[in-house]
Amino acid sequence: MATVLHRPEKGKIFRRQLVKEMSIIGVESIGIVTLLSVFMGAVMCLQTAHQISGWIPVYTIGFTVRQTMILEFSPTLIPVILAGKIGSNIASQLGTMRVTEQIDALEIMGVNSAGFLVLPKVIAGFICIPVLVIMSMALGVSSGAAIAFITGVSSMADFEYGLQVDFVSYDVVYALIKTTIFALIMTSVSAYHGYYTSGGAIEVAKSSTKAVVYSVVIIMLTNLVLTKLLLT
Amino acid sequence: MIEVKNISKSFGDTHVLKDVSATFEKGKVNFIIGRSGSGKSVLTKCTVGLIEPDCGHVFFDGRDFTAMNRKERKEIRKEIGMLFQGGALFDSMTVAENIKFPLKMFSDMDEKSMSDRVQDCLLRVELEGQGDKFPAELSGGMQKRVGIARAISMNPKYLFCDEPNSGLDPQTAIVIDNLILDITNEYGMTTVVVSHDMNSVIEASDTIHFIHNGEIAFKGDNADMMVSDSQTLNDFIYASKLMQKLRDTSSYKNK
Repeated sequence: MATVLHRPEKGKIFRRQLVKEMSIIGVESIGIVTLLSVFMGAVMCLQTAHQISGWIPVYTIGFTVRQTMILEFSPTLIPVILAGKIGSNIASQLGTMRVTEQIDALEIMGVNSAGFLVLPKVIAGFICIPVLVIMSMALGVSSGAAIAFITGVSSMADFEYGLQVDFVSYDVVYALIKTTIFALIMTSVSAYHGYYTSGGAIEVAKSSTKAVVYSVVIIMLTNLVLTKLLLT
Repeated sequence: MIEVKNISKSFGDTHVLKDVSATFEKGKVNFIIGRSGSGKSVLTKCTVGLIEPDCGHVFFDGRDFTAMNRKERKEIRKEIGMLFQGGALFDSMTVAENIKFPLKMFSDMDEKSMSDRVQDCLLRVELEGQGDKFPAELSGGMQKRVGIARAISMNPKYLFCDEPNSGLDPQTAIVIDNLILDITNEYGMTTVVVSHDMNSVIEASDTIHFIHNGEIAFKGDNADMMVSDSQTLNDFIYASKLMQKLRDTSSYKNK
């Protein structure tokens, strides 16, 4: 797999591949990320409103929505969901190419198949997934504010105050560091399982499953380690 | 010319190739035949470097391929065309894009020259007008012909064909055999065909290497093969009732 990092044969073709992968990994994931983020933000708002009572101030709703979206929901949950969508896509595509000898055909032509097929996916994930996560943060917080306003659990002023109180910009940096590492994990783990598939349709399915399971497990373990290293 | 010298390959405890040596001559269609699992595909993949042999050497016109680094091998591979058993066409690309792909990657041709070359290749395999179709829209025989067109698009010196007739009807198989034969003669390529189809062997072979249990059990041409006294080779050649009847008829006439 070290050959992934070798210089591409033709820059123009590599750039075209990269744009194609950015479309698959980034643009085609906007819908699912939007859906999840909007509902996560809204539900978080209602859950918090349901929990607080008495001496706990109402602005806690805005504060909690902001913190949960920025620290965990967007940077961890979105990559986990994307590991399912993108990871299975990468592993099944590469696995099918392997078992139908398309990867051998590339090698015979003299093309560095790992560099041609895997590197654009890893770079596309590295670029697109943090953008999707930033979008998720904004959508989650916005939907939380909207649902607070619609249901009347909090005034906009209280919600806005909650969003601003004790805001530490490092939290966003921490979230983006995590996201970038998770993006690398999900694309490279999935590509590895797909690229080294051998056999037939059943093995492709197994590779796809393994890609998702291993990606999620590694993301969760890394999340624990990164949280300890970066926040405490 | 391609020379394979003392190649051995094992997978775990299974010795697939045992000290195999062979010479594939320039301008000829060189067949590797043998039963399924005899090691012929592994020999081909060792020859082109898709599988690393445990020991031995492969020479492409005197150049030791096995001793080369990745970059040097890449240069040799630009001189190799390969037709895979299942076609191995890129299913996300059209027929024309498949044929154009090696040109885009390794030639300095402009777009028009590449398109002209694609049309030439399509014409050569009698698939003109099919360039805009996707591989999934083609029949098995057409996919094989596109595979040949892609393999010859860079004017290779060496052509490898892995089971070119598998899954094809007898008439289409003859079309593919003739195409391989014609292209070999036309371009003066060193062609290596892996097959267990005796019709193809008789129709299209110039030289034959018979592999049995990972060893070369016979080397020669068509005529030598038919009169060989090797029991394993005769068991393979005359496995079908049709071939047995042909042999019996021939023996009767000779009497």
